[in-house]
Amino acid sequence: MARSRHRLSRLTALVGTTAFLASCSLIEIQDAPMTTFEPAGPNAERLDGLFWMVFWIATVVFVLVIGAIVVMLFVFRDRGKNDAEEPKQIHGHTRLEVAWTVIPALILAAISVPTVSAVFELTGCDSDSMKVEVVGHQWWFEYHYPAQGIDTANVMVIPAGQEICAVMTSDDVLHNFWIPALHGKRYLVPGQVTLLRLESYEPGEFWGQCAEFCGLSHSLMRARVLAMEPSDFEAWVADQQKPAALPVEGMPEYDGYQVFTNKGCIQCHTVRFDDDSASNIIQREDFNGPDLTHFASRTVFAGASLPEEGESYDAALKKWLADPPNVKPGSFMPNLALTEQEIDDLIVWLGSNK
Amino acid sequence: MTVTAERPRTTIFKRPSSAYGIWSWLTTVDHKKIGIMYGYAAFSFFIIGGLEALLLRVQLAQANAEFLTAGAYNALFTMHATTMIFLFIMPASAAFMNYLIPLMIGARDVAFPRLNALSWWIFFFGGIFLYSTFVFGTSVAPVGPDGISGNLAAGGGPGSFNWLAASPDGGWFAYQPNAGPFYSPGTAMDYWALGLQIIGLASLVSAVNFIVTIFNMRAKGMRLLRMPVFVWMSTVVAFLLLFSIPIIAVALFMVTFDRQFGTLFFAPVGGGDPILWQHLFWLFGHPEVYILILPAMGIVSEVLPVFSRKPLFGYSAVVFAGAAIGFLGFGVWAHHMLASGITPVAQAAFGLATMTIAIPTGIKIFNWLGTMWGGRLRMTTPMLFAVGFIAMFTIGGLSGVTHAVVPSDWQQTDTYYIVAHLHYVLFGGSVFGLFAGLYYWFPKLTGKMMNSKLGKTHFWLMFIGFNITFAPMHWLGLQGMVRRTWKYAPETGLEPWNVVVTIGAFIIALSVAVFMYNWFHSRRHGVDSGFDPWDARTLEWAIPNPTPEYNFGVSPVISKLDHFWHLKYDQDDEGRAVRKDDADQIIAELEHVGLNPPEPIHLPNPSYFPLLMAAGFPLMFYGIIYHTTAWGKALIVIGAMVALTAVIGWAMEPVEEPHDEPSEERAEEVEAGV
Repeated sequence: MARSRHRLSRLTALVGTTAFLASCSLIEIQDAPMTTFEPAGPNAERLDGLFWMVFWIATVVFVLVIGAIVVMLFVFRDRGKNDAEEPKQIHGHTRLEVAWTVIPALILAAISVPTVSAVFELTGCDSDSMKVEVVGHQWWFEYHYPAQGIDTANVMVIPAGQEICAVMTSDDVLHNFWIPALHGKRYLVPGQVTLLRLESYEPGEFWGQCAEFCGLSHSLMRARVLAMEPSDFEAWVADQQKPAALPVEGMPEYDGYQVFTNKGCIQCHTVRFDDDSASNIIQREDFNGPDLTHFASRTVFAGASLPEEGESYDAALKKWLADPPNVKPGSFMPNLALTEQEIDDLIVWLGSNK
Repeated sequence: MTVTAERPRTTIFKRPSSAYGIWSWLTTVDHKKIGIMYGYAAFSFFIIGGLEALLLRVQLAQANAEFLTAGAYNALFTMHATTMIFLFIMPASAAFMNYLIPLMIGARDVAFPRLNALSWWIFFFGGIFLYSTFVFGTSVAPVGPDGISGNLAAGGGPGSFNWLAASPDGGWFAYQPNAGPFYSPGTAMDYWALGLQIIGLASLVSAVNFIVTIFNMRAKGMRLLRMPVFVWMSTVVAFLLLFSIPIIAVALFMVTFDRQFGTLFFAPVGGGDPILWQHLFWLFGHPEVYILILPAMGIVSEVLPVFSRKPLFGYSAVVFAGAAIGFLGFGVWAHHMLASGITPVAQAAFGLATMTIAIPTGIKIFNWLGTMWGGRLRMTTPMLFAVGFIAMFTIGGLSGVTHAVVPSDWQQTDTYYIVAHLHYVLFGGSVFGLFAGLYYWFPKLTGKMMNSKLGKTHFWLMFIGFNITFAPMHWLGLQGMVRRTWKYAPETGLEPWNVVVTIGAFIIALSVAVFMYNWFHSRRHGVDSGFDPWDARTLEWAIPNPTPEYNFGVSPVISKLDHFWHLKYDQDDEGRAVRKDDADQIIAELEHVGLNPPEPIHLPNPSYFPLLMAAGFPLMFYGIIYHTTAWGKALIVIGAMVALTAVIGWAMEPVEEPHDEPSEERAEEVEAGV
């Protein structure tokens, strides 16, 4: 019996060590673009600092409590000896009890100071920061730049090194805009406006995701933030402000454009064309799909959920256009039963909308 | 069915009088039988909720997996949480309270035995009603703000098990307007809202019953501060239920009105406010958290002293800390909404209020450690679960403090970090506590002992499986895995740990299988427990096992906290426990009196009416869901008539029939039955 127990404990130690090493390597090798541990801006950095502060305090308490339990299990364990003394019947100890009431209270009071100041400093925006309006839809984010007059979707482009104010609302249900590297979460509430300040120190691409359950395809409602050097950002703005070229017969894009206008895509999607007669056929407040004027300038589509890893952009776009609800359950973009040829034509035209 | 004696026909039906067989259970008003029924029902729902969790875990074990459809996934996580909270932990706690409160305070039953049966039957029918959504409910694609409908691919899109999607899929929190009439059309969320309404009614009725019982039915000398901690925690829970259930009842009615009659309380298109729903929901939902954990804390506070062979350290501090948690629990609800855009003042206030909860919680943990310190720790299965409870609950409590640091919570909220936290509290806490209780009081129920080898196997499997499942979730959440996510991209790097988590979930499932085998095997073949098998401290052990139908042969008179212990033990000069010379004789007397009451004991008679009345509710509520049809309207009327008939019958029926049989005969009858 004793021997088997010994063997068991050796086995446990072996398995435990292996598991520990394996888990360390798992942590090491994984590249996690959504991690909260690599803040890229001052807001997220502040949150990270607060987390680690509490983490270490909690770790001390954890070690004390678990340590006490482990020690007691060894020291005070009843080993089944009949002559073992009965324990002293202690009903309490006032000084000790006061101590473990007051000390935690003091620790918490200390934690509360940086907490409260961070709450006030990190909520809302500075009044002079650049505004980007964020509108949540089932299941994609729309971005509108009021000062620049730009409408885009899925990828939010910002200049690095300056504070951006996301002015957010929702068109349907609650959503929650979260770019872990830049800041914590903030809801998008229909009928209300919420603010979230975002700032990236350096240019870079940051992953995000709608964090509030928002219906069938919640998990596919993702986001990207692309931070650029201010000069690159200016160039991007100038590009985005340009209208799209209206294809004319004979151009390779023309067939795809015809599919777009004739198959009903245009009921929901806007494209601003350089020929005014074709622009804004549908008024902005009536459409409910992303603006496609600069579709091809975005690296991702379908709520930033496509293309998937290892999938080419065109293959993903083909999959998406062939049967949107099959990719994104509940999708408001219906399956229009397009033919292979129509899809290929559309891809050619969409690819020209840079 | 065996009718033992002709009874006078005082009301609509002839009074039921079966002492065994199915009718004895259907008509019983005995708190012990009701507790057992609560227990089995709760455990069945635990199995169902667990299977739902396993399906979820299979889906998540792989990035971009297509095991479940999105609809099925959303339905399963909604029903997993709803089931575990409302149909497992709450009724499981109710099972312990029902069975134990009268025994622990030296009473023969609760204050209102028929009302107690009513609670149980309402709960039971409510659970059936809620789960009937899988048969009758519908769940379809949302309708957008412009009236256009979303589209579902054939078979619901990629994945399988789409038949499961036709059940509530708006989350157990049913955030509006997603769970409202436009974005969750179909009847599934109506089943959810009305099902919880019925179940809430059961909790409300039993809360009143327990409060009256505890304040009025205590044995002579059982002052409030001589009550076992479990009874105290039950008192706090009863008050929490009493004040929080009406809030969720109002909120659920508002949702039902939004969905059925177009009131749009929570829909912005009608001038409604979706955030109002969150305030109402969490104003109930946070006290609910303490409703789920306090009974387990009570159980642990009973188990630890017995197996440490010491009194509970700082009894009154533990009691008052429990009450303080109850009070504070009503003032922290908005910490569930720290990212919802509430003002910084509100965020700071609710953050600080949340921190204060850590103080009474800490007091409890430290007092439990103080109880074990210097004791003679007998590491039986219940003790293992109780110690496991302290360790796991400590982790859950500490991760809770990180949420109180509001800005830190902006990163953690709605991620798997929260999933980890809540499972450390509700599984590592509540469920471990409940298992400690099941092993501890099994002899009370059956007169047998559970197999301790199997019990320890169960504990270690569950303890290891639990940590493999839930510890990595902290990491996953901090690595950016959001909650309620049907799919995640492989690039997120979340897959390896999700595989580990899924393996852990199956280890937990295995441990539950071991428990079930142990339970049913020990009930038949377990070792005879005899009287007072654990050398316990509280009153329920001062009577024979299994508990006689009348509980106490003679009503006890209490002179101390842990009265039963002090009947057996004195203290020497050093303060060490010394077994009294005549302890064995005292126990033999207690056993004799327990089995042979010196005087006839009159117990409340069984009744059909609680069952009948409870049956009226689901009928009415089915009618509300289908109120636009003729048969729906008819169901409302029929349900109301059934309930009303039962009310009249109930009112005309005396609690106890005139006593015409000697008690010995009744005792024999019971023995024959059990």
